[in-house]
Amino acid sequence: MTASIAARPRSPAAGYWTGFAVVVALLVIAPIVLPPFWQRFATEILIWGLLAMSSDILIGYTGMVSFGHSAFFGLGMYGAAAALLTIKPPSLGLAVLYGLVAAGVAAVFVAYFATRLRDIYFAISTLVFSQIFYVIIFTWTEVTGGENGLTFRQPALSILGLWSDRFTPTTFHWFVLAVVLVSYLLVRRITRSPFGMVLQSIRENEPRTRAIGYHVERYKIVAVMLSGLFAGLAGVLYAIQNKFAAPDFVFFTVSGEVVIFNVMGGMGTLVGPFAGAAFFLLLREGLSRFLTEYYLIPVGIIFIIMVIFLPQGLLGFLRRRLNA
Amino acid sequence: MLVLENVDAHYGKSHVLHGVSIEVRAGEVVGLLGRNGVGKTTTLKAIMGMARRTGGRITFEGRDLHGVPPHGLAGLGIAWVPEERRIFRLLTVLENLRTGLDRPGVTPARREGLLEKVYAYFPILRERRNQAGGTLSGGEQQMLAIARAMMLEPKIILLDEPTEGLMPRMVGQIQEIVHALHREGVAILLVEQNVPLTLDAAERVYIMEKGAVRHHASAAELRADQRVIHEYLGV
Amino acid sequence: MDQIIIQTLHGLVNGMVLAMVASGLTLIFGIMDIVNFAHGDLLMLGAFVGASVLGVTGNYWLALLVAAVVIGVLGALLQITTLRPLIGRDPLTTILATFGVSLVIQKYALWQWGPSVRRISEPVPGDFVLFHLQYPWYRIATAVLAGLIITGLWLFLKYGKYGIWIRATTQDRVMAQAMGIPVPLVYTGVFAIGSAMAAASGVLFGPFAGVTQTMGFDFTLRAFIVVVVGGMGNLGGSILASIFVSLLESYAAIVVSPAQAVIVSFIVLVLTMLFRPTGLFVPTPK
Repeated sequence: MTASIAARPRSPAAGYWTGFAVVVALLVIAPIVLPPFWQRFATEILIWGLLAMSSDILIGYTGMVSFGHSAFFGLGMYGAAAALLTIKPPSLGLAVLYGLVAAGVAAVFVAYFATRLRDIYFAISTLVFSQIFYVIIFTWTEVTGGENGLTFRQPALSILGLWSDRFTPTTFHWFVLAVVLVSYLLVRRITRSPFGMVLQSIRENEPRTRAIGYHVERYKIVAVMLSGLFAGLAGVLYAIQNKFAAPDFVFFTVSGEVVIFNVMGGMGTLVGPFAGAAFFLLLREGLSRFLTEYYLIPVGIIFIIMVIFLPQGLLGFLRRRLNA
Repeated sequence: MLVLENVDAHYGKSHVLHGVSIEVRAGEVVGLLGRNGVGKTTTLKAIMGMARRTGGRITFEGRDLHGVPPHGLAGLGIAWVPEERRIFRLLTVLENLRTGLDRPGVTPARREGLLEKVYAYFPILRERRNQAGGTLSGGEQQMLAIARAMMLEPKIILLDEPTEGLMPRMVGQIQEIVHALHREGVAILLVEQNVPLTLDAAERVYIMEKGAVRHHASAAELRADQRVIHEYLGV
Repeated sequence: MDQIIIQTLHGLVNGMVLAMVASGLTLIFGIMDIVNFAHGDLLMLGAFVGASVLGVTGNYWLALLVAAVVIGVLGALLQITTLRPLIGRDPLTTILATFGVSLVIQKYALWQWGPSVRRISEPVPGDFVLFHLQYPWYRIATAVLAGLIITGLWLFLKYGKYGIWIRATTQDRVMAQAMGIPVPLVYTGVFAIGSAMAAASGVLFGPFAGVTQTMGFDFTLRAFIVVVVGGMGNLGGSILASIFVSLLESYAAIVVSPAQAVIVSFIVLVLTMLFRPTGLFVPTPK
């Protein structure tokens, strides 16, 4: 093992960073070269990818399947909406802050249960939680706009209050790209740290990890918090992009799609979720032209086939490389 | 009839059986002795298709057991009485017996006959036939486990440590059962740590150590010269 | 007071239908550790099949039977194609697989029957009159029928040869195999039974609220809750829990809107998981 590392000192890491740089470069020029529809599409892939990546922290690294990410996402959305509607002039920073806080509160809630329930029970309870939030948001019409949701104006991109300018789709795309990049690098740092190693150890063999002496509960709580916060961040970005918040996004379907992105792209890779999101959204785009809303039939079948025959997903083969 | 040729087995990464070769002919009682953890139970599990076999062959009446699904072994005539007995705790005694009794090709008359036979051997089971298996004492559960295997009318019974944890009186009963089964022509592969019982009941004995067969002799030889037993079992 | 009686009846009737759905789910979980995400969608499909058969033949009972058989067979096929390959893998993969199946079934139903609500007309017309209260006969009939079917299931499990196979396999799969019980077939059989029961529940529930593609998810969610509250794998528990939760929800609907009454079941679930995770109606483990 050591010998082979010495023989090819920089190869794997260099390869990775090269690929990374290429992808980022493509994403940077995307809004300039692509027509408006695809430009938006690219931005959406980034946002959903971020959401899926947040889920990967739990499902791919800690081994906890969560069906509740729609709650974090939705709360991020509504939190941002709250800031943008109640505080004039609409402030980007506050939107992010409110969104993260809202998602964070939900995450605390879920984290508590994460420590007391295993596997299937945890998955079911996250499902139930996202539905609880859905029902509350759907029925509390005075505050959340109920079925119709909330609409608001997009805040300006302001940096330290010095310079402020309205977003264009292009600059917004770059803003999202920047946020996603920073998030990705941050999460990557975390999962490759000793903390991340413990999470993976929990995924592989929880009883043994506990027996070794790690306080599994604490690690799980942190993992859920991280996951929830980044999911909320994705929600904030989505809200800003679309200028509305709607209960549909808190419904279980979103959680389900997130899980699909994870499985299709590759769990435990952090980049996999982005690939999964892209793959799914492209499939949807392509197939819905011919099949309208029935695109989910072939996509669903592809998903099932992947669960059975390709459980590591599209980029799963990179898992070792990326996490060694 | 049952032949293990050079069988290797693994549990995950650990190599637990090394080239085990054992043979049980029709109607024979063969003993498998050895200390705790040498691989006796693993050998039985390999026969039952429960351990990952990584080398060698296991054949029964000439047929390679490799492709046979786990639920097909009973139909071939192989019955298993595991170390932990594993009776169905929430099923009644009768229902436990029925898991072996309800086979294709067994007429109601024959079923009655089998039940009566087993009740004759183990009167206590008739008494407790409507009680849940989990309420029986350890000795009674052992009897139920053996009776259940007998329901399959097997050609061979893999009997794993039947006397473990039993009172001396029950050990005697087990001994009688083994003799009775032998008289009926049922072959038995008897895994035990109880040396006297094994030497009494079996015709041939294999001794295992560290996952391999180290010694093979007739019971008579081993009775006459107990040094080998002392060497491998420290008894 | 009248409200309370009516709501009690609602709770009992809904509880019986839910009990039928939950029985299948808990049976499947108890024997093969599979959380069948598509269970409610099988119910939905059964309701649609039933509605179609009813439309063609006009016979409610035939519709019930055909729906149960067709979906039972479908369930068996599903288990063989998508779940058998997953035996031995991480149990969470089965949640993912059945989730995928759920999606496909929902969209297929949309494709096959279109988005409009289907109606299943009441099999038994008229209202039951108690003093000055009126309650539809068919709902009572539904509860009774559900009760009969559940009892039938219980008897089948307790006395039949196959019932013993199922119970033995649930308790100790390995030993059951050693006794010659064809466990893979038992798995398929149980999944088929669960699916058939779900389909029958769908047809029974049809007259209550019409048949739509999304009715399944609601049932899946409630059934999950009830199965956990009743103790996973515990048939009696899930039946009791179904009635308990349905009654609570019905009473809550007096005070809040039905959409919000659903939260009651969520709360029961949360409390159960916090304080009695093995199930409310299960004796506390030592």
